[in-house]
Formats: sequence, C-alpha cells, structure tokens
Amino acid sequence: MNDFGFGPDEVAAIHLSLKVAIWATLASLPPGIAVALALARGRFWGRDLLNGLVHLPLILPPVVTGYALLLLMGRQGWVGKPLASIGIVFAFNWTGAALAAGVMGFPLMVRAIRLSIEAVDTRLEQAAGTLGAPPLWVFATVTLPLMLPGVLAGAVLAFAKALGEFGATITFVSNIPGRTQTLSGAIYAYTQSPGGDAGALRLVAVSVVLSLMALLLSEALARSVSRRIGGVA
Amino acid sequence: MSAPPALDLDVTLRQGAFDLVAQMTAGRGLTVLFGQSGSGKSTLIDLVAGLKRPDRGRIAVNGVPLVDTAAGLWLPPHRRRVGYVFQEARLLPHLTVRQNLLYGRWFARRHVAAEAPTLDSVTDLLGIGPLLARRPTTLSGGEKARVALGRALLAAPRILLMDEPLAALDEARKAEILPYLERLRDHAGLPILYVTHAVAEVARLATTVVMVDQGRVRAVGTPSTLWSRPDLMDLTGGAEAGSLLDAVVGACTDDGLFQLDTPAGRILVPHLPAHLAPGARTRLRIPARDVLLSDRAPQGLSALNILPGIVADVREDADGSRVVRLECVGAPVLARVTRTSADTLGIAPGQPLWAIVKAVALGS
Repeated sequence: MNDFGFGPDEVAAIHLSLKVAIWATLASLPPGIAVALALARGRFWGRDLLNGLVHLPLILPPVVTGYALLLLMGRQGWVGKPLASIGIVFAFNWTGAALAAGVMGFPLMVRAIRLSIEAVDTRLEQAAGTLGAPPLWVFATVTLPLMLPGVLAGAVLAFAKALGEFGATITFVSNIPGRTQTLSGAIYAYTQSPGGDAGALRLVAVSVVLSLMALLLSEALARSVSRRIGGVA
Repeated sequence: MSAPPALDLDVTLRQGAFDLVAQMTAGRGLTVLFGQSGSGKSTLIDLVAGLKRPDRGRIAVNGVPLVDTAAGLWLPPHRRRVGYVFQEARLLPHLTVRQNLLYGRWFARRHVAAEAPTLDSVTDLLGIGPLLARRPTTLSGGEKARVALGRALLAAPRILLMDEPLAALDEARKAEILPYLERLRDHAGLPILYVTHAVAEVARLATTVVMVDQGRVRAVGTPSTLWSRPDLMDLTGGAEAGSLLDAVVGACTDDGLFQLDTPAGRILVPHLPAHLAPGARTRLRIPARDVLLSDRAPQGLSALNILPGIVADVREDADGSRVVRLECVGAPVLARVTRTSADTLGIAPGQPLWAIVKAVALGS
C-alpha cells in the first residue's frame, strides 16, 4: 500500500473500514434473514412494532442512533456494562464501529431480503413437503436458494452502507486514528485540518474504488445466481 | 382378512361458506374424482396430502392412518408418503431435472430397497432420459408434466394424487402424456387418485369414478354405469351428455374400418388411436347428440352402427330436448332428441327402439 504514498494512519483506516464493513455485513446476515422471515411470513402480535423498530435507523438522524448505541452498549450502558464484565467491549473499539455500521445497514438488508422471501412461491415449498422433506430441509433446499438474490442484494447494500457510515460511528466510538478511525472518519479529519486536501482526495479515490468493486462483484454474483435459479431474479 | 382399501376417507371441513362432508373408499387402479370446479374435489386430495386439515374425520391409505381427529392424529405432509402431481408441475427452478427427480429420494431411502422404482425405470417409463441435465424453465409443458410425475413416483409413495395434471396442456401434449398414465395405471400397482372435470380423461383412464358435487360425494361406480344414470346427468353431461361403453378392439375390416366389441353390440369406427392394437381394452364415448332413434329396424341407411334396445327412461333437459336412455343388451346408450321427435315416436319406457350411430361420430 505504501507504494501509493499512504501514511500509516491512512493504511490503518483503509484496513479498518474493510474489516468493519465485512464484519458488519456477515454478522447482520443471520439476524437479517431471521427478521425478514418473521416479517414476511410470521403472523404474530407486534409484527408492525418489529417492522418499525427495524426501520428506525433509516429514519432517525445517524447521530441519534449513535447516541442510543452509546447509552445502550457503552461501558456504562444497560447492555454494554454486563457485556464488558465478560470481556466484550464495544465502546471506543473497532467492534463498536462494526456494530454501528451493522445497525445502520440493517433496515436496508432486511428490506431486500424480505422482498425476495415474498417473491418465493410457497407452492414450491408445499411440493417439496409432499416429496418427504421436513420443514427445515425445505427451507435450506428450496426457500433459501430461491431468496438468494435478495440476500445478496441485501448484503451488498449493507456492505456499502457500512463502508460509508459516519454519523453513528463517530458518535458511538469517536474517531481515534489507528483504533476507530474508518475511511469516512479519516477523510473528515483531513477536511478539518489545514492542508489536508491532498490526503482527503487520496482517500476519496480509495473509497470510490472500493465501492465500485463491491458493486461490480455483486452484479456478477447476482447474474450467476439468477442464471442458476432459472433466469428470474 | 381382505386387504384394506387403498384410500379410506371420512371427513368434514368447513371453509367459509363452503362445506365439505365426504365419505369414500377407493381401491386399486385409478380413481377419478369428477366434478365441476369448486365442487371440492381438489380439496379432497389436499386433505389426503395434508395440505389442508379436516375439522373432523379420518383418512387412511392402504390401512395406514394419516389423520384421525378423534385420536388426535395428524401426520404432516412430509411424513405421509403421498406422491402429489400438481396441475402446474411445480418443479424446483434452481435444480436440474435429475435433481428434481431425485429430490424425494433421500427421504424415501428407507423404503427404496423394497418397493420404489429406480431412476432408470422411471426415466424409461416417461421418456425423460434426454432431459436429465436440463433446467425446468427450458422444458415444454408436456415435459414438465412428465418430470413432475416421475418426481412423485421416485419418492416411493403409497398413493399417487394428481390434480388435473393435463388441464394446462393442449391436445397434442395431452396425447403425449395419456399413454404414460395408462401404463402407470396398468403396471405400477400404485393406487392413483385423479382429479379432473374432463370426460375424455374419465373415458380413457378411470377404473372407478367418484362424483363430487357441492362438497358431497354424489355417486361412486364405473364410468359406464355412472354415465348412464339419468339422475347424474347434470354432472355427467348437460349439453355434452353421452354414454361410455367398455370396448375390446377387434380386427380391421377389409374396407379399413375398425371393429369395437361393446356390450351393446359391435361398433365400427373409421380410425383408432395408434396405441390400440387388436385385443386392447378401451372405452368408447358416444355423445347423445350423435345418436338417432328409429321405431323400426332401419334399412337403406348410410350409417353403419345400428343397436337395438329398450327404452329405460326419458328425461327432459333444461332446453326442452329429451335424453332417452336405451338399454342395449345391458349396456345403456343415450340419445338426445327434440321434443317433437319424442312425441312423434311416442317414446315411453319399455318401448323397443333402434339407436343409429354414425361411424364418423366415434372417431375421436
């Protein structure tokens, strides 16, 4: 990386951004699929409430979400304090940045997956059932493959969101170089210091390249998946 | 002790305004559930498959109980071992034809050694060997229907359920599937429950017919007896009332006509479907409107088939025409005549008449 003339803090920011975005995406996939399933197929009391809760980070100012995370998951937070006592610390840590990025991307992910679940023909699942497949097996071999394009789309959206997340992250875990400073944080820091334009532009270029690569990869994956399931995405 | 019936069913189910109260048994061979759409025939096989749940009642297949509400028994669909062939095939689009065919195999593995057919025998029976590597979306309607049938067979079912499997296909595709269904009925020894409202499929396939009407079983019997019963004519025909005669294919005459021996007498037809060789058993459908009546033995007519009989009864149809049931040596033949003709001939039960059937009317 240093061949491109990046400083050590810049390299750390690029690494951290990728690490945070990958972890945020991977960790939110299982709960994302579960919540999307519950919203698409579930008939339970409080479904609308759950739906509203999931969408909160999309409509609230990011700084509010970040502050809520601080209250909830900080060292003295209701959930953060007991977790800290068993060694899991989110506050001012890269895991906190991943958590904030994951929460901010969660509504986008759930929406995409939910749409794809609603597009799955339940009559195919019935047919698999009459062939002897138990419900969990039907989910793994019919429902999941058929909703895969939506899962991919949701993951890419969440990844892109995580890569660019700024407001909630900086509120929750601050902007500590080498520790919690992501690409967005580093660009922001450059713009706040005199003579930082060159550095900011360098990181902006990196950010554009990373986002474009994620987009192209997802397009290629989506094409191959939809070809596999018969031409309909 | 005799073997239990292939299907023993006694259920009630209320769905909104629709009310199903049905009691029936079915033996070996192919049992057709016949009725108008909305009569409850599809609901009946959904109940057997476990896709619907009865309010009360019991269902057993080959003596194995699947549902018994009194005993609190309800097997979920995947534990019933029923093969269900849906009208729309419902092949899994993300799998190849081979993977679709073998989908139920894993779950049937405990039964496979003893009774199940092999992939090779099923692909041979259905002529789908060349399709194995293809995806369902690239198949024609007829090919999809055959793959769906093969998939159900390979799951080693106790009973095969078919919900109007031919309804979505055009005549050419139907003609492509029917021989496979006949072979299955005659050689596989698997009881088949077959939903349809097409008389042609009843004539060609049915061993037994169960008439379903407004959520009730109206009658059970062989096609030829049910299609001659005047009280069922609202279901068996209306404008296309007709009789179904069991027939054995005889020799071909010198002038290129085929002989069919029916209980009512010998009938000549100009052509036969290719799969019927001399000695084959088939069923002949004679539409009532293609039958003329005469009060004396006709002579000098161009029509080839003249069957003597005794009037069993006369029924007035909604449009004023009369449907006459003639007992021809034990086999009933229906004829539709206008009221004027009926009055002129003075048609009344017990009267001897001659039915005249034009040979060309039997070709299809």
